Amino acid sequence: MGNRTIIPFGPQHPVLPEPIHLDLVLDDETVVEAIPSIGYIHRGLEKLVEKKDYLQYTYVAERICGICSFMHGMGYCMSVESIMGVEIPERAAFLRTMWAELSRLQSHFLWMGLLADAFGFESLFMHAWRVRERILDIFEQTTGGRVIFSVCDIGGVRKDANAQALDKILSVMDTLEAETKELTQVFLNDSSVKHRTCGLGMLSGQDAIALGAVGPMARASGVDLDMRKLGYAAYGKLSFEPVVETAGDCYARTAVRIREIFQSIDLIRQCVRLMPEGDVIVKVKGNPDGEYFTRLEQPRGEVIYYSKANGTKFLDRVRVRTPTFANIPALLETLKGCTLADVPVLILTIDPCISCTER
Amino acid sequence: MAQQIINTILPDALLAQTQQLKNDGYRLAAISCTSKDDLELTYSFDKDYDLMSLRLHVTPDDAVESISGIYAFAFLYENEIRELFGAKIINISLDFNDNLYKTTVKTPFGVKKKEANDGE
Amino acid sequence: MNFIKKSPWILHYDGSSCNGCDIEVLACLTPLYDVERFGVINTGNPKHADILLITGSVNEQNIPVVKQLYEQMAEPRVVVAVGICAATGGIFSECYNVVGGADKVLPVDVYVPGCAARPEAVIDGVMRALAILEEKQKTARCKKGTQEGAGV
Repeated sequence: MGNRTIIPFGPQHPVLPEPIHLDLVLDDETVVEAIPSIGYIHRGLEKLVEKKDYLQYTYVAERICGICSFMHGMGYCMSVESIMGVEIPERAAFLRTMWAELSRLQSHFLWMGLLADAFGFESLFMHAWRVRERILDIFEQTTGGRVIFSVCDIGGVRKDANAQALDKILSVMDTLEAETKELTQVFLNDSSVKHRTCGLGMLSGQDAIALGAVGPMARASGVDLDMRKLGYAAYGKLSFEPVVETAGDCYARTAVRIREIFQSIDLIRQCVRLMPEGDVIVKVKGNPDGEYFTRLEQPRGEVIYYSKANGTKFLDRVRVRTPTFANIPALLETLKGCTLADVPVLILTIDPCISCTER
Repeated sequence: MAQQIINTILPDALLAQTQQLKNDGYRLAAISCTSKDDLELTYSFDKDYDLMSLRLHVTPDDAVESISGIYAFAFLYENEIRELFGAKIINISLDFNDNLYKTTVKTPFGVKKKEANDGE
Repeated sequence: MNFIKKSPWILHYDGSSCNGCDIEVLACLTPLYDVERFGVINTGNPKHADILLITGSVNEQNIPVVKQLYEQMAEPRVVVAVGICAATGGIFSECYNVVGGADKVLPVDVYVPGCAARPEAVIDGVMRALAILEEKQKTARCKKGTQEGAGV
C-alpha cells in the first residue's frame, strides 16, 4: 500500500460552476474512495410550501434549478393537476413538450461545453455554447425569458406560440442540426477527446441498476429507462425510442447525450407539426386534496415530484427527488480506481446539478 | 398512465417487504418523508414504469431499520431523512452521523411540537 | 471605453443559487457576449482575481468559504453580487437555511438585479465594478504615497 492522502475536491473548483465537496482518498494517484459532503446550496425550499400557496409555489419550483427550470415547473404543475384532476388543453400539452425538449437541448449543449472545458478543450466549449445561444433565442422569443421562463402554470401554459414563431423554430432546428453534426463529430471521433473518455469510469448495466442510476447515466450502461415512455404531456402522441448505449464508459455517456440531441430536434419537429389549435390554459378552481407522484424525464434523468395536499391553499408537502441525487452513488462507485486527473471529467459525465440535488 | 399503488405496512414488515420487491425486480426510486402529527415514510419502487410504494407511520422515537442492506444506495435518502426530519433510522451502511447537510436549524422538517397554530 | 485600464480577472462563486445566474455568468464568457474582448478572464484561483462574482444567497455552510475566497484575493478587490438572491436572498429569503444576500458577509460594491440576471446586466455590472476598482486603486496609491512621504 502506498501513501494514502485525502484531497478535498471543491466546493470552489475551477471545473465546476457549482459547489460540491468530495473528500478523495488517494493511494498515490489513484482514487480509492470518494466521500461526498453536500449542503453548500441547501436552501430548504421544500419547506416553502408552508409559506407560499400552491399557485405561488410554481415559481419556487421553477427556481429549484436554472438549467432544467422549465421541467421543474412542469413537474410540479403536473403533480398538482393530477391531484385536482385537471385536464390541460391539448395545445398546452404540446407546448409543454416542445419547451421541455428545447430545455433538454440547451441542457445537453451546456453539458457538452462543460465537458469540453473539463478535458481542456476550450474552443470546443466556446462552440458548444455558441450553438446553445440559438436555443436560448427561441426561449426568449416564445416565453420572454432565457433561463427561467415562468410559462408553466397549473392548468396549462401562460403563453402561446403563434404560427410565425413555430415556423421560426423549425428553421432554427435545421441550422442547429447541421451545426450539431459538425460539432459532435469532434466529441465522437477526435482521438484526443476519445483518449479522455473511452474506457473511463466503467459502469456495468448490473451496477447501474444496483446503484440506482437514472437517465443518460443508466442508458449508457444499457438500461432502457426513459420516463418519457410514460406518455405524459404529449409524449404519448410522438414517436421515439429511448437512446441506449452499452459500453458504460464516459464515451458512451457522451454518445447517449449526443444522440439525444438529435432525438430532441426530431421531437420538436414532431411537436410543431402535430400541434393542435385551441386554448392553452384552463381555469383551475378550488384547492387540491390528495397525493400524487409525478415522474418525468429531465435531461439528467428521472425526477420524482411528490405532492401531498390537504384541501387548503397550502400543500402539506412537496418532495423532489432529483436525478443527480439518484446518480451520486453510481458516481462514487465509478470514481474508485480512476486517477486524480480524471476526476473532473468523471464528475461531469453524470452531468451533475447540485442545486437540484440539495434543493 | 402507469399505476401508482401505496401499501401501508407496519414498520416491522419493512425489511421483508423490501426484500420481496427487490426479488421481484423492483428498483428503489425514492424514499420520501412527510411530517405532520407523526412521520410518514414512503418507500417508492419502480418496475416497468409502475410505481409501488410502501408506507409506514412512525414517531421520531421509533427506530426504523435501514434498507441500505438491500438497496445499497438507499444510504443517501436515509441520511437525508434522518437529518431533515429526525427519523430514527438505524444501521445505515454509510452513516454520515448527521453531517450530510449542515443546516442552521436542526431537523427543520421534523414533527412540530404542539404550538399555537397560525390558524391557516 | 477608455476607463478600462486593466484586464480584470474574475472569480466566480456560486453561493446557493439555482444555477440560473451561474449559467448566465458563464454565458458572458462565450462567443455571443464574449467579455474577453474587455480582457475579462474567468479564473479559478482567488489569488489571480480582481473581481469576485457571487451568485446566490449565503448560508451557514458557505459563509466560511466565501470569506476565505475574499480574503485570498489581492487588494484592491471588488465584489459583485449577481442576481436577486445574492442581493437579498430573493424568493428563497424565507427558507430556513438561507442567511440572506452576499452583503451579510462581504462588502458588496455592485448589485446586478434580475432573476436570472441577464448577461447584458452582468457585463454592465462588471464594467461598473471596473470603475470602482480603479477608484480603489487610486485611493490605495494615494494612501501609500502619503505614508511614504511621512516616513521620509
